[in-house]
Amino acid sequence: MHKFTKIWIGISIFILTAGAFWIWLSAVESGSTTQGHIPAPRQGFLAPDLSLSTLGGDPITLSQLRGKPVLINFWASWCPPCRTEMPAIQNVYDEFKDQGFVVLAVNTTYQDNLGDATTFAQIRNLTFPILLDQAGDAANLYEVRALPTTYFIDADGIIQEVVVGGPMSETLLRIRSEQLVEGTP
Amino acid sequence: MFPILQIGPLAIQVPGLIILAGLWLGLSLAERRAKKRESNPSVLYNLVFVGIISGVIGARLAYAINYPDAFAANPSSLISINLGLFDPFAGAVIAVGAMLIYGVRKRLSLWNTLDALTPLLAVIAVAQGISHLASGSSFGAPTAVPWGIQLWGSFRHPTQVYEIILAALILIMVMYLDTTKWVRIPGFLFLVFLTSSAASRLFIEAFRGDSMLIGNGLRIAQIVSWIILACCLILMGRRIQSRQIENNTS
Repeated sequence: MHKFTKIWIGISIFILTAGAFWIWLSAVESGSTTQGHIPAPRQGFLAPDLSLSTLGGDPITLSQLRGKPVLINFWASWCPPCRTEMPAIQNVYDEFKDQGFVVLAVNTTYQDNLGDATTFAQIRNLTFPILLDQAGDAANLYEVRALPTTYFIDADGIIQEVVVGGPMSETLLRIRSEQLVEGTP
Repeated sequence: MFPILQIGPLAIQVPGLIILAGLWLGLSLAERRAKKRESNPSVLYNLVFVGIISGVIGARLAYAINYPDAFAANPSSLISINLGLFDPFAGAVIAVGAMLIYGVRKRLSLWNTLDALTPLLAVIAVAQGISHLASGSSFGAPTAVPWGIQLWGSFRHPTQVYEIILAALILIMVMYLDTTKWVRIPGFLFLVFLTSSAASRLFIEAFRGDSMLIGNGLRIAQIVSWIILACCLILMGRRIQSRQIENNTS
């Protein structure tokens, strides 16, 4: 055998053995890398709990909706993409609400006009709850950096997807909502 | 973390912007290399362009084929800019396929073309690390090391920083090797890049907090990297050996 070949085989075996040892060394217990128990506004993590009042004054707490798939949409009446995607959200809500699908449209009231938000919801005949984030606590908790921002949360309360910006197409909304309802992320 | 840059009504996704910057920088680097070797850089640009266009179209079509009902209800979604409506894996496969077809039709040498693309790939690897840092994805496992960063509710290994450092070292190594005699072996530069990138991923994955696991808690990304590493070592050995035989016989 050529001298170089011998050296190369030796080096390769050493590298691959060290690699295999490292893989074995860095193995962890099954389930330990999932982040499901830590609340954070991010895919794969538990959705942080929020409690807000609706336009009608009824309080709604996210954690009490456990067992149902939830879509949280942060919006403002002055935000064009938020306005554009709202009818699509309403269509998808109408389609899946009988299967337990919940939509929470969180109005960033601290940077919006309550009158404008109410009028918009009435004109567009929005039938899902419009929550009012008067002090910006919910937007802070969810680290909302752009409007609209949408969180798709499964029945276990785990965030399956975050969509920053918009407008989302009805196709995207329908596919994601269907996945949530069927429990197939 | 700095995922969104808000300029007036525009919400710009910083991670995507960084990858685009990496693509531009990497292409200019690859162009400079091609000019130095007196080969035509426009072939390289066309090749990358073919890859990007076919990858984007393929990723959207593959996604639409999976959800025909939803797209039949709103056919205009085929041209929607929503990133969620892409199948990235299918897109990558189609992009590579299209680039191969283009390369064969233009009679490009496979190994020399891969070498020419290596500076671009190495820069994109650094950009990918920075984009992970901007978005907070590919995050580390909780740790007590003093350089841990506060992220997603815990102090974690800054795996994105590890990724940037190693990718930058690989880029420097590739640029250095490009000035040595080793580069005369076609495919050597590309194989060095792929080998070291696989080794880097194998190493860093151990500190990740979002690894997919199989069996007794083994990390899938590490096993895939190990297989790529093994293939690269075999290929590299063969290429160096065949070059030596050529030299000895000539």
